[in-house]
Amino acid sequence: MLGKLDWSAIPFDQPIPLLAGAIVLVAILAVLVWVVVKGHLPYLWHEWITSVDHKRIGVMYMLLASVMLLRGGSDAIMMRIQQAVAFQSQGYLPPEHYNQIFSAHGTIMIFFVAMPFVIGLMNLVVPLQLGVRDVAFPTLNSVGFWLTATGALLVNLSLVVGEFARTGWLAFPPLSELTYSPGVGVDYYAWSLQISGVGTLVAGINLVTTVLKLRTKGMSYLRMPMFCWTTLASNLLIVAAFPILTATLAMLLLDRYLGFHFFTNEAGGNQMMFMNLIWAWGHPEVYILVLPAFGIFSEVVSTYSGKPLFGYRSMVLATMAICVISFMVWLHHFFTMGAGPDVNAVFGIASMIIAVPTGVKIYNWLFTMYGGRIRFATPMLWSVGFMVTFIIGGLTGVLVAVPPADFLLHNSMFLVAHFHNVIIGGVLFGVFAGFEYWFPKAFGFRLDERWGKVAFWFTFVGFYATFMPLYVAGMLGMTRRMQHYDVAAWRPWMIAAAVGMALLSIGVVCQVVQLLVSIRNREALRDRTGDPWDGRSLEWATSSPPPVFNFAISPDVRGGDAYWELKAHAKQLEHGEPEYRDIEMPRNSPTGFVCAFFASIMGFALIWHIWWMVILGGIGAFATFVVFAWRDHDEYVIPAAEVARIDRVNLEERRGLVSLAGIV
Amino acid sequence: MAMTATIGHAHADPHHIGRVVEHEGPAPKRIVTGYGFWIFLLSDIVMFSCFFAAYAVLLDKTAGGPKGSEIFDQGNVAIETVCLLLSSFTCGLASIAADVRNRLWFHAAMAVTCVLGLAFLTIEFREFADLVARGAGPSRSAFLTAFFTLVGCHGLHVSAGILWLLTMMAQVLAKGFRADIMRRMMCFALFWHALDIIWVAVFSVVYLLGGAA
Repeated sequence: MLGKLDWSAIPFDQPIPLLAGAIVLVAILAVLVWVVVKGHLPYLWHEWITSVDHKRIGVMYMLLASVMLLRGGSDAIMMRIQQAVAFQSQGYLPPEHYNQIFSAHGTIMIFFVAMPFVIGLMNLVVPLQLGVRDVAFPTLNSVGFWLTATGALLVNLSLVVGEFARTGWLAFPPLSELTYSPGVGVDYYAWSLQISGVGTLVAGINLVTTVLKLRTKGMSYLRMPMFCWTTLASNLLIVAAFPILTATLAMLLLDRYLGFHFFTNEAGGNQMMFMNLIWAWGHPEVYILVLPAFGIFSEVVSTYSGKPLFGYRSMVLATMAICVISFMVWLHHFFTMGAGPDVNAVFGIASMIIAVPTGVKIYNWLFTMYGGRIRFATPMLWSVGFMVTFIIGGLTGVLVAVPPADFLLHNSMFLVAHFHNVIIGGVLFGVFAGFEYWFPKAFGFRLDERWGKVAFWFTFVGFYATFMPLYVAGMLGMTRRMQHYDVAAWRPWMIAAAVGMALLSIGVVCQVVQLLVSIRNREALRDRTGDPWDGRSLEWATSSPPPVFNFAISPDVRGGDAYWELKAHAKQLEHGEPEYRDIEMPRNSPTGFVCAFFASIMGFALIWHIWWMVILGGIGAFATFVVFAWRDHDEYVIPAAEVARIDRVNLEERRGLVSLAGIV
Repeated sequence: MAMTATIGHAHADPHHIGRVVEHEGPAPKRIVTGYGFWIFLLSDIVMFSCFFAAYAVLLDKTAGGPKGSEIFDQGNVAIETVCLLLSSFTCGLASIAADVRNRLWFHAAMAVTCVLGLAFLTIEFREFADLVARGAGPSRSAFLTAFFTLVGCHGLHVSAGILWLLTMMAQVLAKGFRADIMRRMMCFALFWHALDIIWVAVFSVVYLLGGAA
């Protein structure tokens, strides 16, 4: 009746996951009770859960990412403590538990922190920057978000029902095959990623179509803000790379569920095929994450330097070059496979070449700052911190791209330090910068500057204190994923890293405090004009938060830095009253939520081999789509009078600002 | 497609004698939907390409089991191919019937498409069942694993297509040729034709090249 599921799935003998699970459960229940008792449920359902508004979906993506950052961060703290204490002893985490933690840490940080963070920011900002009212497929957008949430739910469920994979974040076979991993851990891993992968693919298709087909009048390709370009490149990579992940995990699942022989030791299976396939997705994936971050830095550096982006066209070229080359370097993840010197040389050189367009970008940001009137607000601190940190990460990357050096450093702590260097220093600093920068656009008030700066400095110093020691430990020969070790020379560096981790954690706490303080002081921090940073692109041309239709009148773009040009000529304000028209907007729909509900049931049932429930979930998901396809009214009209009423308020504020500045 | 602005033109022409073509704004819904669906199809083809790659890698890993030449029945495959290609033709007829708003022809053409698709699936299922019965199922060898997965993945797509086809017919029956239903019909037709293209690759790589091995 319930497949493999019985009471032994609950880890009553392991206090740590059980306690953590209980705390999370109590927290969720408390929030739910509070929501219901306070009567917020209808509001949440109508305005958020069923919303197809790209801004709200973007915010929900970021909320999911923030919550999962705390989960993944707890894993990181546990690992750092374990390695600091487990010298010639077992530490406090048994091996099978430690292995689950590092697997969950990687999986969560990439798929459920970094991905939803960048997709959330792209969702929130790109339609605004393009001057349009929504993404190409609003309801699918909601489906994509909720499927990602399903994946996150399943990963967290593994904490208390069953176990998570012990195979590392990419579940290499043959270890991940049924013979060596008979439990449900790998199944939790694979089905979570399959379901959230569908969500990511949907988001990718949606954003590519949005950028290529839905730009406002006059917004030609070379007038798009840089963030739109990097969004395009990143989502093209999603469309081209995520199907590879889907196919690869499908093969692994077929091996595990139906006794197929793609990657097994027997009957001719080939494990190195898994390596090739998974990294053919995995390497583009790192550029899927970091390209949007590059776009964020471009926007931030240009805005806070008060200058147009230096070398815009070279930046576009560099972005698209990275987009293409990122597909030609995957083999550098396994130089030690033994493909031979010729193959290794080709991929080594390709990997070094990719540093060239990245270098172009760094110089462009530096030259944008050069001669500018720089304001060192928090987003700018993250950007400068990124430039310094990312160069170190990039250089160690070029170092391991040299095959002979890689043979020595492969799978060592040096590698761990390298990819944290580029992912924290690149992606995470980027989304933090974007979070600070666009927060007022999403919520209508700015974040507290003082706490933001404190958070930056703790994170920045904490990062170096944590990961520079890992470089050293790697050079001293320490391999990654060690539950305990006996080499005395590594010990001091592990302790240093644990101290660094404490600083990093303080940085994260400061961000939470910043958010709370800012919410409390929101009236003082209110952004009334919609343009708090003296911005240059169209998202600043509408109020904060923008009305559901984004722009009362579709902008007519006449050049790059579209809003800067509008401001310079005070164009938006010179006419007395624009001619408002009725606006058609897509209606909210529970399709995404209901679909994810059935996907969760189906995923859970597949993991535990409860076949009748799988069929039920499948029928439910199909029925949801048919019901959606059957509805007669998918749009509603906002009358011109209402549009005018909403827009007038914002125009008044802007006129006030302009007259204060003495422009008019 | 006068979508892209010719900025360079404007610079080369300081007196603005030539008309500068500006980007005209968001594309109409039909274009957006079709474009998005094309991108989905491309991603689907990327997924298939992984299964093709796996098949190529594992082709000679028969582990003492049967080779391709010993199990492929070219006659069977030829009938399958004819069914699928004909179904593409009738799917095209259904699209034309929808364009001219002819319900009778639309339903007739869709029904024939459905029958041809089911015929294809039946033949494929019998081929699979026969192989399993002979002890040449997917867990016999890595080669058979790759074969069953690649061909089966295409078969699953055809099954999903038939489900979609029946839903389309029901929708047209209930709602007529509304604009949103016409957009969906366009996507369905793209999907069905794409399955044909993939079948041509399956036929060539699996049955012709694989059968020679």
